[in-house]
Amino acid sequence: MTLETADQPTVPHWPLGEGRVGDAGIVTDIVTADDQPELERLLLEMGFVEGARVELIHEGPMGRDPIAVKVDDMRVALRRREAGCIMVASDSRPS
Amino acid sequence: MTSTTLHLGLVGNPNCGKTALFNALTGSRQKVANYAGVTVERKEGKFVTPAGREAVLLDLPGTYSLRARSPDEQITRDAVLGTLENECTLDAIVCVADATNLRLMLRLVLELKQTGRKLILALNMYDIAKHRGIDIDIDKLSGELGIPVVPSVAVRRNGTDALLTLLDKMQPDEADAAAGAPLNTSAPVNTWAAPDAKTVREMHRTADLILKDCVTRPEDSDEWTACVDRVLLHPVYGIAILLGVLFLMFQAVFSWATPLMDMIGAGFGWLSALVQTTLPDGMLRSLISDGIISGVGSVLVFLPQIVILFLFIILLEDVGYMARAAFLMDKLMGRAGLHGRAFIPLLSSFACAIPGIMGTRVINSWRDRLVTILVSPLMTCSARIPVYTLIIAAFIPRGAVFGVVDRQGLVMFGLYAAGIVSALSVAMVMRLFFHRHASEPFIMELPDYKLPSVKNVAWGVFERARIFLRRAGTIILTMMIVIWFLSSFPGPPPGATEPAIHYSLAGMIGHAVEPILKPIGFNWQIAVALITGMAAREVAVAALGTVYAVGGESGGSLTQILSTHWSLASGLAFLAWYVFAPQCASTLAVVKRETNSWRWPAVMFVYMLVMAYIAAMIVYQATVFLGG
Repeated sequence: MTLETADQPTVPHWPLGEGRVGDAGIVTDIVTADDQPELERLLLEMGFVEGARVELIHEGPMGRDPIAVKVDDMRVALRRREAGCIMVASDSRPS
Repeated sequence: MTSTTLHLGLVGNPNCGKTALFNALTGSRQKVANYAGVTVERKEGKFVTPAGREAVLLDLPGTYSLRARSPDEQITRDAVLGTLENECTLDAIVCVADATNLRLMLRLVLELKQTGRKLILALNMYDIAKHRGIDIDIDKLSGELGIPVVPSVAVRRNGTDALLTLLDKMQPDEADAAAGAPLNTSAPVNTWAAPDAKTVREMHRTADLILKDCVTRPEDSDEWTACVDRVLLHPVYGIAILLGVLFLMFQAVFSWATPLMDMIGAGFGWLSALVQTTLPDGMLRSLISDGIISGVGSVLVFLPQIVILFLFIILLEDVGYMARAAFLMDKLMGRAGLHGRAFIPLLSSFACAIPGIMGTRVINSWRDRLVTILVSPLMTCSARIPVYTLIIAAFIPRGAVFGVVDRQGLVMFGLYAAGIVSALSVAMVMRLFFHRHASEPFIMELPDYKLPSVKNVAWGVFERARIFLRRAGTIILTMMIVIWFLSSFPGPPPGATEPAIHYSLAGMIGHAVEPILKPIGFNWQIAVALITGMAAREVAVAALGTVYAVGGESGGSLTQILSTHWSLASGLAFLAWYVFAPQCASTLAVVKRETNSWRWPAVMFVYMLVMAYIAAMIVYQATVFLGG
C-alpha cells in the first residue's frame, strides 16, 4: 500500500472519535453542530482546547466505547460520539 | 483583635482533594445538612485560625466552571456570587487545586477572579507533585494570577499551616468590615457572566501561558497511574477485576460482619433479659423489652454491615477507582438507556437509595436523571440487608458451594444481581416511554490513583454510621413504639384463645390485608411487617420481631421462629417481594423533593408494587409447585 504518500504534504486530520489506542496528536478544532453550543464549552472546560496534546490511551470493553484520552497532563473519559467533535492533527497516527 | 467570624468557601474541581482539605481544617467540627429549598448536601465546618479567629468554612460542590450545569454546581456558583438564599456572603474563597493537575483549575481561578471575590489558591497534594518532580514557582504563580498562593498537604499533620497563616494575614483587610463599616466599602465588583466558547478559549490560553511560566514537569510524571490503568481498564482483566471487587464487597458485607453482629445481638438480648428480670410484669416492661429493645436492637445489629459497605464505597471513591468503574460500565449503562454517570449514583444506591437519588444531580439531562431516579430503589440498598439476612438465615442452609463460596453469600449475591438486572431492564423499558432524544454527553476526568487517606475514609464511614444511628434513634424508635402500641392495644378479650396480637389493631389491619396477600403466600404477620415496613425497609425485621415476641413466641431467636412458622415458599416469596417493593417512605419523599411533583413518586410506587407482587407470586407458586 502506498496511500501515505498522497497525504504526506498535508498533515492528516482526523476526528478523535475515530482514533484507536496509541493514536496521538494536537487538537486543531472543536467542531460541534450549531444546536450544541453547550457541548463545545463542555469540551473546552475539560481541556479539549486547540493546541492541546491528546493521546487515545484506552478503549471501553464493549464496542471500544467510551475512550480514555490523555489531554496534556490529565486523563478524560468520553464517548466516541462526543470525541467525534474534536479534530486532531496527528503526528504519530499509525496507518 | 476582632472576633468577627470569617466566612470562607472551598471551591475546586472534582477530585482535587477538596474534601480532604476540608476535613483537615475543620476536624470534628462539621455539620452536614441541606441548603434551604434544595437537596444539595451542605457541609459546613468551623475552625480557629492560629491568631484565634473563628472561621466558618463551606465545602462547596466540585465544579469545572461557574456556568453551573447541575443543581450542585448552581449552589457553588450562587455561593460564590453571594446570591444564595439564607447564606451569608463569603469573605473569601479558597480555591483548591490538585498541584499535580493544575490546568483546569487555573482556568476556573481566572473565571472566579471575575466575581471580584477575595481568592486564595491552595495547591493541594503538593507533596505528591514534588515527589513526581513537578516544580511549581509559587511566588511567580501568585504574581501572575494576582492572588495569594499556598501549598497544602491535606493528609499530613501541619499540612495546612501555610493556608492558616495566610488567612490570619488577611485579617487586617477585613478589620474595617468587621468593625461595622458598611459592607459596600469593600464590596467586590462582579464582572462575571457565563463565558461563551470564545471566552473559555481565551481563559485557557492565559492559563496555559501562566502554567508554562510557573510550572515545569518531567515527561510522564504519572507513570504509576498509567501502569495501573493498563490493567484496571483492560477490556478483559478490567471487567474481571470490577466483578471481583463487587463480589468481594458483598461477601465481606455478609461474612466479615457476622461476629460483630452476633456480639451486638447478644448485647441486646442481655439487655432485654435484664429488663425482664428487674421490672415488674406489665405494660412498661412490655414496651421497653418487646417494643424498644427488641425493635431497635434488631435494626442496630446491622450497623457492622452498613459500615463495611460504606467502607468499600468510600475507599473505592478515595482511591480513584469509581471513575474507572463508570468508564467500564458506560456502554452497558448506555444500552439500558442510562448515562455512564448514573453508575455512581446507582452504586451509592447499594448503600441507600436516598443518597443515590440525590447523587443523580451529577446528571445534567432531566430525562436521563429521571430514569436513574426511578430505577435507583431497585438497587439493593443496605436497609434490605437486615431483611435478606434474616430470611436467608432462616431458610437457606449454611455451607459451601464448590468448596469455597458460602451458600448464603451466594444467595445474597443473587439477590443483588436480581436488583441490578431489574434496574437495567426497567431503565430500558422506560426508554421506550420517554421519547428517545440525543443522549447527554459522558465526559469525566479519570483522576490519578492515590493511596486512600485513613482519616478521610474513617470520617466518611463515621458520618454514614452516624446518619444510620440517628435514623435508628429517631424514625425507627418512633415507629417501634407505634408498632408496639398497634400490636398491644386493644388487649385480648377475657378468655381469648389466640395470642394477644391477634386482637390488636395491628392484627386487625393485618387480617384485613391478608386476603390480598394470600396468592403470594404472605400471612397476616407479614402484612403487619409490610405496612410498618413502609417507614423503612429494615423496620419490617423489627416489626416481625415485635409481632412474634408480642405474639407469645419467645422461645428462640426470630430466625428460628420464622423457619418454623413460614413455609420455604413464603420465605422465598418474601425475598422476591423485597427485591422490588417500594417499602420506603423516605425514598418516595426524596423523589418528590427531587422531581418537584407527586407524579414521579406515584409512578415509582405503583410500578415497584406491581413488580413486587408479580415476582413474589411467581416465586411462591413455583416453589409450592416444586414441592416447597
